[in-house]
Amino acid sequence: MKASTLVLILATTLAIGAAVLPWPGERATPTQRVIHVNARQFAFDPPRLHVNRGDQVTLVLHATDVVHGLYLDGYDVNLKAVPGISAQATFVADRAGKFRYRCSVSCGSLHPFMIGELVVGPNTLLWRAIALTTIAATGALAFLYTRSREVAR
Amino acid sequence: MTQARAPASRRRRAPTPHPVSVPRFELTSIRWLDAILRWRPLQFTLIAATLGFFVLAILTSLVGTPVGNRNFGIIFVWIVWWALVISLLVPLAGRLWCAVCPIPAPGEWLQRRAFIAPRPLRTLGKRWPNRLKNIWIQNFAFLGVAVFSAIILTRPAVTGLVLLAFVLLAIGLSLVYERRIFCRYFCPVGGFIGLYSMIAPLELRVKDPEVCRRHKTKECYLGSENGFGCPWLVFPGSLKRNAYCGLCTECLKTCSMNNVALNLRPPGLDLLVSKERGLDEAYKAFIMSTCALLYSAILLGPWGALKDAANMEDWRTWVVYAIGFIAMNLAVVPGLFYAATWLSRRWARLSHAPTRQLFIDFAYALVPLGLMAWIAFSLSFVLVNISYALPVLSDPFGWGWNLLGTRDFPWTPYFPARIPYLQVPILIVGLIFGLYITWRIANEHASAPEQALRSVVPIAALLLVVTFGFLGLYLG
Ligand code: SF4
Ligand code: SF4
Ligand SMILES: [Cu+2]
Repeated sequence: MKASTLVLILATTLAIGAAVLPWPGERATPTQRVIHVNARQFAFDPPRLHVNRGDQVTLVLHATDVVHGLYLDGYDVNLKAVPGISAQATFVADRAGKFRYRCSVSCGSLHPFMIGELVVGPNTLLWRAIALTTIAATGALAFLYTRSREVAR
Repeated sequence: MTQARAPASRRRRAPTPHPVSVPRFELTSIRWLDAILRWRPLQFTLIAATLGFFVLAILTSLVGTPVGNRNFGIIFVWIVWWALVISLLVPLAGRLWCAVCPIPAPGEWLQRRAFIAPRPLRTLGKRWPNRLKNIWIQNFAFLGVAVFSAIILTRPAVTGLVLLAFVLLAIGLSLVYERRIFCRYFCPVGGFIGLYSMIAPLELRVKDPEVCRRHKTKECYLGSENGFGCPWLVFPGSLKRNAYCGLCTECLKTCSMNNVALNLRPPGLDLLVSKERGLDEAYKAFIMSTCALLYSAILLGPWGALKDAANMEDWRTWVVYAIGFIAMNLAVVPGLFYAATWLSRRWARLSHAPTRQLFIDFAYALVPLGLMAWIAFSLSFVLVNISYALPVLSDPFGWGWNLLGTRDFPWTPYFPARIPYLQVPILIVGLIFGLYITWRIANEHASAPEQALRSVVPIAALLLVVTFGFLGLYLG
């Protein structure tokens, strides 16, 4: 078999492996958490939350200036807090990865970009993507190199 | 004759295999398509339609509600139009948007004193200075819009004024200079469309350059009773890249030798045309990639302080922000790229090629990755915010109208948690495409596969790190 074909097969196999094989990363025992998030024009505080997969999370949203919302991507959470009256929701963080939470109530000019991040760890999606990208890049270079050597011969 | 660019940057050493030998499909061989493209009122009809939307966008921006997501101008310009141009039109059809763009139309109609029929142009007819026949003005115009992006994207009145300024500038320039000087040398949108249009699988080219060489009257450039001379100041006979052809189809109509064609071809070929590369275009590639990265952090990231700075909460912080923004674009990223080029040249012993030349050539490897990064970035806010389009269709000014009964359609983000699964493959495609271009460019200078590989590795490493940066911002 030609070297370039071999490279192609090898890289594809590795890439598929990186995308679907079970990924190492320990799973912490699930806990219960209560997280307070303050919303102001145009940021959440804290801007990034970390929980572990399986945790039961209670989000409490406080609005500090005007009415704000919190819509969490991928989870069925949509809160609305008025200054002085907070809102809360409880859910189980059963999917790993990064999920943005966004303001869901028009609160001013930068409202569409008022964004926070919930990282449900271990964030295997990121590591899979990095592995996949590295394999793709090295594979592509190895393929181009072996191909051009075959052509040169 | 045209495309006069800085001579120093056009010098080159190794010959590029001219990509003319690749298979192409001539779209204009389809009878009805050819007939439509040659139909004189086509341009006017299309532009009249986009001009209608454009006027509405300016009006709603200027006198409609100041609430961005309730304003037709903001939603249709920065979400609907933007998504359409960057994710579909540019990757698939290059400068097709320029063919229907309303911005130059009023100036062009004034110049022509006609909507459809060809007539001699009436302007002061001044020639554009040679020194400015490059895209530096465009680069700075884009940067200028980019540092104010958080303001422009979210304040309807500012969007309206910017659009109005574009039209007025285009009119002013067309009264003084021949043809579409605004499109060719100023338009910030045209800058990025031109750069990324080189990837598109659609091109306008002459069928046989030899016919053009022998053809004395050159109607395509000078105009005839069948149409105007190329509004973009391009001579189709020597056209090898999409960068500056606005696909207006005038030359298709004027050429008496029937020598102009619209082709489908493999994507990205223009990036391998070494003869016309220049430092101005290289910088366009740096600016565009850097802006995609910065926007992903500023607009989509969780950092409130960064948003406050971009939003001019206080002008001192904004000045620091602006300096940082511009330095990233003009110094930091090009500097890193220069370092990679220097390493590449040393390690591969490419001493016959000047570093500056390699720096310019390799910059074109950033074009595919940059376009894919823009698409990945756009997905993040387009799918989340596209549902605003329905209410503003019913209530463009935000005054409480309900023309189509969709005014109260709620904000509905579309599968936001799935977006990363689209972004990862899009970025990987951009990276592999970019590596392929790097490889081809390396082979213009290297004489053996080993040498090519050595010269590719530092650039490839940098492209990989840039990709990691995007992955970190989207998934990390
Ligand atoms: S008019 Fe046609 S044949 Fe003549 S130079 Fe132009 S494109 Fe070529
Ligand atoms: S006249 Fe021809 S070459 Fe010139 S912009 Fe129009 S389509 Fe492109
Ligand atoms: Cu808000």
